[in-house]
Amino acid sequence: MNSLAMRLGPFTATLETPFASLVDGLHQLYRPELFDVSDSFADFHVSLAPGKGVRRWFRQQARFLVDGESPFMPLPADQALPMFEWGLNYAIAAQAHQYLVVHAAAIELNGRVAILPGAPGAGKSTLTAALVQRGWRLLSDELALIRPEDGHVVPLARPINLKNRSIDIMRDYAPEAVFSRETHDTAKGTVALMRAPDDSMRRVGESAPVGWIVFPRWKEDAEARMEPWSRPAGLMEIAHNAMNYSLHEERGFNVLANIFEQSGCYRFTYSKLDDAIERFAALAASSLQS
Amino acid sequence: MDKVLVSSSSRHAAHHEAHSDRLTPLLRNSAEIGEWGSEDWDIAIRQARHAGLLARVEAQLVAKNLLTVAPIAAQAHLIAARNLAHKHNADVAREIRAIVAALAPLGVPVILLKGAAYAAAGLPPAEGRLFGDIDILIPQTTLDEAETLLMKAGWTSAKSDSYDQRYYREWMHELPPLQHEKRQTAIDVHHTIVPPTSRFAVDGKRLRDAAIGIGPDHINNTVMVLAPADMVLHSAVHLFTEGEFGRGLRDLCDLDRLLRYFSDVDPDFWDQLAERASTFHLERPLHYALRFCTRILDTPVPTRLQAFGAPGPLAARLMDRLFGRALRPPHPSCMDALSGTALFLLYIRAHYLRMPLSLLVPHLLRKAFIRRLEPATV
Repeated sequence: MNSLAMRLGPFTATLETPFASLVDGLHQLYRPELFDVSDSFADFHVSLAPGKGVRRWFRQQARFLVDGESPFMPLPADQALPMFEWGLNYAIAAQAHQYLVVHAAAIELNGRVAILPGAPGAGKSTLTAALVQRGWRLLSDELALIRPEDGHVVPLARPINLKNRSIDIMRDYAPEAVFSRETHDTAKGTVALMRAPDDSMRRVGESAPVGWIVFPRWKEDAEARMEPWSRPAGLMEIAHNAMNYSLHEERGFNVLANIFEQSGCYRFTYSKLDDAIERFAALAASSLQS
Repeated sequence: MDKVLVSSSSRHAAHHEAHSDRLTPLLRNSAEIGEWGSEDWDIAIRQARHAGLLARVEAQLVAKNLLTVAPIAAQAHLIAARNLAHKHNADVAREIRAIVAALAPLGVPVILLKGAAYAAAGLPPAEGRLFGDIDILIPQTTLDEAETLLMKAGWTSAKSDSYDQRYYREWMHELPPLQHEKRQTAIDVHHTIVPPTSRFAVDGKRLRDAAIGIGPDHINNTVMVLAPADMVLHSAVHLFTEGEFGRGLRDLCDLDRLLRYFSDVDPDFWDQLAERASTFHLERPLHYALRFCTRILDTPVPTRLQAFGAPGPLAARLMDRLFGRALRPPHPSCMDALSGTALFLLYIRAHYLRMPLSLLVPHLLRKAFIRRLEPATV
């Protein structure tokens, strides 16, 4: 049995698992000091246990348990690493109601955060992966944690989930980046995790205020276009993407309204990553001048 | 068997009380929490979450100005739980309004039970509480019409099996549970607080006659709650005869808060409670409620009531073992080798109390065997 503890932004998780490949995978994806946990309080007590009965050996399965409870069906054992990452996303969204948890990527440049909510297939993860390889700091790929007290986004700096074609696109785009082994035949197809840039992991303690909310959409052969979008429409859309928006009731609305008041709201259509990098750089520069 | 239970359980009990249970010291505001390190808070938060008591713990610590005793990391969990509990409180208020509106044509008061009653009447157990199903009580003669009205307003029957339907309608004191199609909220419609087949038979009319109007138009008595003694007895009967302990410690905390509150505002409350228990022949469940509230949560029950409704010495020892286990925090850190057996025995006891053996044996056999052989019907 392998036991470890690790820091994930504001959280600490413990992991118990017989799957050594999962532990190796985590050490490949997270900086070593993140496993150096002295506090004995953990937020998530995770175990990736072997399947039950015959599934312990035959077509071996992995079960995700958080403090003894299993929210998902078992998966084939070779999916243990992505399952750990998905399971943590689930556990954070289900528990961390001290934050407004928005299903969105969050990246930072010049002290301002861009929140990128994305419907599945909108190319959010690919775009995020490209931007953080070109100077933006990764706060989160899937879950933007907004602190209600000050509206800041709190970083997680965890690996980015890439699917299918995006994996090869990113290997070409950032040959120096670190990727996990590919896992095939998952519910999302083939997946691989891209390690967060070291600078993002080192600065995981630095939260930052929101500067832009950008709704990205990948469209074949489209010219890159960053169009301003109605803030009320953007607010409705982001409330829809907030996993615990209704839980925060009136305060949740006020937090989002304040964020929209101080931020630019855009719809972004693109087909080429290089164009996207340029438009986002222009966006970050424009706010420095104003 | 009793001997086995006693010898091994005392060893385990000592072990667990000394090492594992971090939740009940928190609930008692015990001084020891000031000495805790992060590993104690780690286990305390987990036990409180499993028991559905995280927000209750938060409310109690805030009330005693002790929240900062917890490490920052633990406080984050308590604050998250508080946000969730606020949402539950707001939702339950909306749900009550929807139910009362749907049932207005009945022309009888809707009496709220358990969590919904605590929330609507602003009673202390509502603080930091999470809510599941909403329970209401109405006259038995209005059950069918109530079901029709609720279905018109969007609730549907969650039990489609014809055996389940008959089980509820013939033997239980309630309609089969109804669930709202859009909101997924569930409602249990009762006509009394114990099954008519049970050895504790309570006439719903006597409960209704003593009920108290609440809310803005309380003079019209459209929304009511049970009288204080009846509310406590209902909670006691529910916890100590129904055999479900997933929320057992939470229910015990509700009882503790009700007892403290009612005895504080009315010095005669304890005597009324004992008298009412005698009227309904609910002395035994009340005895267990008072005994375990005192033992686990230090509820200040007057000494003169300690032996009220008590069973014989042998049964008392056995029930101490069984309930003592069932009321531990429902977390793996508090389970021992006998926890499963204790819960199983209490489950059997609950059915035995609920219906005569001539009904019980076929029912349990069906649950155990027949259902597995049937194709699922939806």
